[in-house]
Amino acid sequence: MAADTPVEYIKHHLTNLTYGKLPAGYERADGSVMQEAGWSFATTAQEATDMGFMAIHVDTMGWSIAMGLLFLGLFRFAASRVTEGVPTGLQNLVEVCFEFIQGLVRDVFHGKNPLIAPLALTIFVWIFLMNVLKLIPVDFIPSLAHAMGLEYFKIVPTTDPNATFGMSFGVFLLILFYSFKVKGVSGFSKELAFNPFNHWSMIPVNLLLEILALIIKPISLALRLFGNMYAGEVVFILIALLPLWIQWTLNVPWAIFHLLVIPLQAFIFTVLTVVYLSAAHEDH
Amino acid sequence: MNINLTLIGQSIAFAIFVWFCVKYVWPPITAAMEARQKKIADGLSAADRASLDLELAQEKAAKELRTAKEEAAALIDQANKRAAQIVEASKDDARKEGEKLIEQARAEIQQERVQARDALRNEVAALAVAGAEKILETSVDGKAHSEMLEKLAAEL
Repeated sequence: MAADTPVEYIKHHLTNLTYGKLPAGYERADGSVMQEAGWSFATTAQEATDMGFMAIHVDTMGWSIAMGLLFLGLFRFAASRVTEGVPTGLQNLVEVCFEFIQGLVRDVFHGKNPLIAPLALTIFVWIFLMNVLKLIPVDFIPSLAHAMGLEYFKIVPTTDPNATFGMSFGVFLLILFYSFKVKGVSGFSKELAFNPFNHWSMIPVNLLLEILALIIKPISLALRLFGNMYAGEVVFILIALLPLWIQWTLNVPWAIFHLLVIPLQAFIFTVLTVVYLSAAHEDH
Repeated sequence: MNINLTLIGQSIAFAIFVWFCVKYVWPPITAAMEARQKKIADGLSAADRASLDLELAQEKAAKELRTAKEEAAALIDQANKRAAQIVEASKDDARKEGEKLIEQARAEIQQERVQARDALRNEVAALAVAGAEKILETSVDGKAHSEMLEKLAAEL
C-alpha cells in the first residue's frame, strides 16, 4: 500500500479506484509512455486526475449499486411475501420505513403525486445504506482490495461527490420537470421573473436571484451530504494514523456520533428533496 | 475528488432504483398496509356495533325482567286474594256446617227428650196405677180413672 507517510496514507485513502482514458503520449507513473489513448486503471492519484471526465470510479459505482440492490432486493422480497394480517420480522422493518416516509411526505408535500413517496423512500434508504458503509473500519476493505491487486479502494459512495451530485442532479431534473408540468412554461417563467420583487423593472434582478436559488438547491443537497460524509471519513482516517492501542478511545466515540450523523444526513437529503418538489408543485 | 463519468452513471443508477421502487416495491406494501388499516377500522366499528347491540340487549333483558317480575307479583297477589277468598269461603262453609250439625243435634236431643219424657210419663203412670192398685188392693177400673191418670201424667 502506498502509505509511507501520513500524507500519502490520507491521500491514498481518499482516492477512488478510477478506470479511465489516458491520452496518447501520457507518461505514466512507472515511466512508460502511452503509445495511444487507452482505458486503464489509474495507478496514482495524479493519473486519476489527469484522466479528466472520461473516467469512472469503479468502487463508487460498485458499492452504490450494491447498496441499491440490497435495498430493492430486501424490500422487494418483503413486498413479495407481504401479508395483510399480523406482520412479522422483515415486514415490520419495511413497514416502519414506509410509515416514516409516508408521514414525512404527508406533512411536507401538499400535492398529489404517486412518485414522491417512493422517491423519498429510495433516497432515504439508499443514502442510509451507503452512509452505513462508513462504519466499516477504514482499512478493512482497502487492505482486502490491495491484496487482490487493486491500488485504491474507497467504499463509501457518499464521500464521492459524483454520487451525491448524481442523485441531486436527478432531483434537480424532477424539480424542473414538475415546475414546468404544474405551472406551465409561462407560469414557471413568471415565477422566476416576478419574485421576489413584483415589478417589471426588477425582472433582471429577479431572474438572477431566482435562477441562482434554483441552481443552489441541487448543489447544496449534494455538497451537504458529501461534505458531512467526507469530513467524517477524513477524521476516521486521521484516527487510523494514531498508534493502534489508542485508536479506540477516539474512533469508538466518533463511530457512535456517526450513528446519529448517518441517518440524519439521509433524512435531511430526503426531507429537502420532498420540500423542493413540494415547492415545484405549488402554483402561486 | 474528480468529477467524471461516475456522475452520469450515478444519475442513471438513481433513476433506475427510483423507477423500480415506484413500480415494484411501493404499491404492494402500501396496498397491504391500507388493507390492514381498513381491516382494523372495520374490526373496531364492528366492536362498537357489538357493544351497542349488547347495550340494547341488556336494556331489553332488563325490561323483560321487570315486566316478568310485575306479572309474577300480580299473579302472587291474585293467588293470595284467591286463597284468602277460598279460606274465607271454607270458613263460612264450616261454620254453616257446624251450625247445621248443632241444630240437628239439638233437634235430636229435643226429640229424644220428648220421647224419653213420654216414655217416663207412661211408665210413671203405669207405676202410679200399679202403686194405687197395691194400695187399694183392688183393681182400679182403668177406664174409670183414666181421666184422672191422664191429668196426673200431664202434670209430670
